[in-house]
Amino acid sequence: MTIRTEKLDRLAELTARRDTTTGAGLWTEALRRLRGSKMALTGAAVITVFVVIAVVGPWLAPHDPTAQTWRDEVFVNRALFVGPRSGNWLGLDHLGRDQFSRLLVGARHTLLVGVVSTLIGLVAGALVGGVSGAALAFGGRAGRGLDTVLMRGVDMLLALPSLLLAVSVAAVMGQSLTTVMIAVGVVQIPVFARLLRGSMLAQAHADYVLAARALGVRRRRVVLAHVLPNSLGPVIVQTTLALATAIIEAAALSYLGLGNPDAAQPEWGVMLAQAERFFVPEDLLDQASLMAVCPALGIIVTALGFTLLGEALREALDPKLRG
Amino acid sequence: MLRLIVRRLLQLVPTLLGLTVLLFLWIHRLPGGPASALLGERATEADRRQIEAALGLDEPLWVQYGRWLERLARLDLGTSTQTSRPVWEEFTLRFPATAELALTAMLIAVVVGIPLGYVAARRRGSWLDAAAVSGSLLGVCVPVFFFALILKAVFAVNLGWLPSAGRRSTGIDATEVTGFSVLDGLLTGEWDASLDAVEHLILPGVALASIPLAVIVRITRAGVLEVLTEDYVRTAESKGLRQRVVRGRHVLRNALLPVVTTVGLLTGSLLSGAVLTESVFAFGGIGRFVADAIDARDYPTLMGFILLIALLYVLVNLMVDVAYSVIDPRVRVN
Repeated sequence: MTIRTEKLDRLAELTARRDTTTGAGLWTEALRRLRGSKMALTGAAVITVFVVIAVVGPWLAPHDPTAQTWRDEVFVNRALFVGPRSGNWLGLDHLGRDQFSRLLVGARHTLLVGVVSTLIGLVAGALVGGVSGAALAFGGRAGRGLDTVLMRGVDMLLALPSLLLAVSVAAVMGQSLTTVMIAVGVVQIPVFARLLRGSMLAQAHADYVLAARALGVRRRRVVLAHVLPNSLGPVIVQTTLALATAIIEAAALSYLGLGNPDAAQPEWGVMLAQAERFFVPEDLLDQASLMAVCPALGIIVTALGFTLLGEALREALDPKLRG
Repeated sequence: MLRLIVRRLLQLVPTLLGLTVLLFLWIHRLPGGPASALLGERATEADRRQIEAALGLDEPLWVQYGRWLERLARLDLGTSTQTSRPVWEEFTLRFPATAELALTAMLIAVVVGIPLGYVAARRRGSWLDAAAVSGSLLGVCVPVFFFALILKAVFAVNLGWLPSAGRRSTGIDATEVTGFSVLDGLLTGEWDASLDAVEHLILPGVALASIPLAVIVRITRAGVLEVLTEDYVRTAESKGLRQRVVRGRHVLRNALLPVVTTVGLLTGSLLSGAVLTESVFAFGGIGRFVADAIDARDYPTLMGFILLIALLYVLVNLMVDVAYSVIDPRVRVN
């Protein structure tokens, strides 16, 4: 299990190096380069739009997203759906609800799923990884033991197929948004744990750590005030990327029938999963297909926004790519 | 080398054993049980007791685990409570489909991804590079099942080029030897069966390949870009080595190291990620069966299948580590 961590370790190592020639800090430098990056700007723009919609969506929505106002116009059995028209810009869904309003309101829950599940992965993973890294670097023999135990646990989580993990979480907790969040979050734990551990180990031998130790600073303080803040770079990059993954994974879980069936909370993943059975492969622009295509596009564009920003951030933090 | 492999194999034992303990506790914590699942909601308490006793579920958990472990030592995974057939049989019946699908996807990802990543890096800044990079960014952002649906709609339903579901056309008479349908056709000389199986594999394979392909393109490109600036590449070029030698021995060999690691990691996720693709294309692999096993609280099937998948995953990654030390002499020394 040593080599598999190399990519994470490498990322950790890259951000560990500091550019001393310009005198600017790593983050100042990274921010300056982010501003010049088209990728970062596009990503940030997409995310901003998405977040704004998520926050004010319910007020922008022209109709109630849960009201089956036009129930009588949709005939599911005869595959008669209502397409885009004045007043219902993206047509109606299979229960006669306004699709455009549902998309607007759905952004909120999609964002919520992404953020909460990433937070679960981040907090739990960083806790395990941080303790593990600190124990191995500064804990002596007992620390090495603790690190081994924790990392074997992480290995077990990695070896478990993520979707099975998710399905069994759902079996215990039932179908709900919370289930999806936990299932998606748990899968992210080993990634964050590995990353922070590697990053802290890369910092452990830096001169400033030696200096602090030589000055008699306590180990706990060295870890919390010196090593940890300097190890967070790769974790922040991964958090951005994990937000994209979380939104996509949540959609996959909804497709498998684990999403929240509650109609009062429209969410893109669930909308996509529910519309999938009406999907008409012969005509992708038919209203029946559009019901699936619209939320899918929402998911893809949002995930792309987070991915672009994450990749740009990774590049901005990589000293090797500085030119 | 042999010592390394043996040592790594021995290290796997406690990890997997720990995994089985956790799995066992976790699975038995699921609400309900095989008895209730078999009998339905209106079962009497006595009926439930009787079945639980027959399945050995009335004993303390640690006794049950001990029994399971004892059977495992005799390579017996028990009997599925859903189908009353041996778990091992159920696994070998369904695994070939999933394995075939995962291997196809990985093959597509490697065969397309490495050259594409390489060319993109050599022509950095060209339109091809831009297309490869944006394609790979997009690739990870499209939900696999949605991509599968679109592929199916375009190539199977509208264009009619490829079959839309299943592993085999109805008119084809194929003899089963190993369960791997492409291989079976080759072994028995039934070429039409092999060809038919390949046709059925293309669309699901491409759908499942989307994420690994995107990842491999990106990593190959980054690796090549990094190696190209190395001193040893400049040295090799300036001492007059032929381009082909420099590219093959110096650039690619070094750039591919991280790709090898990634391939191992992705194989694991392919095995479980195949669930979505399998369900879109009605492919009949292990995915659906395990999902059903959770619903039916089929304890032996869950334990057996998940253990086998986890075992496969760690073995693939062990193989990757070994391959790594073959390619990279520096790792061997350590």
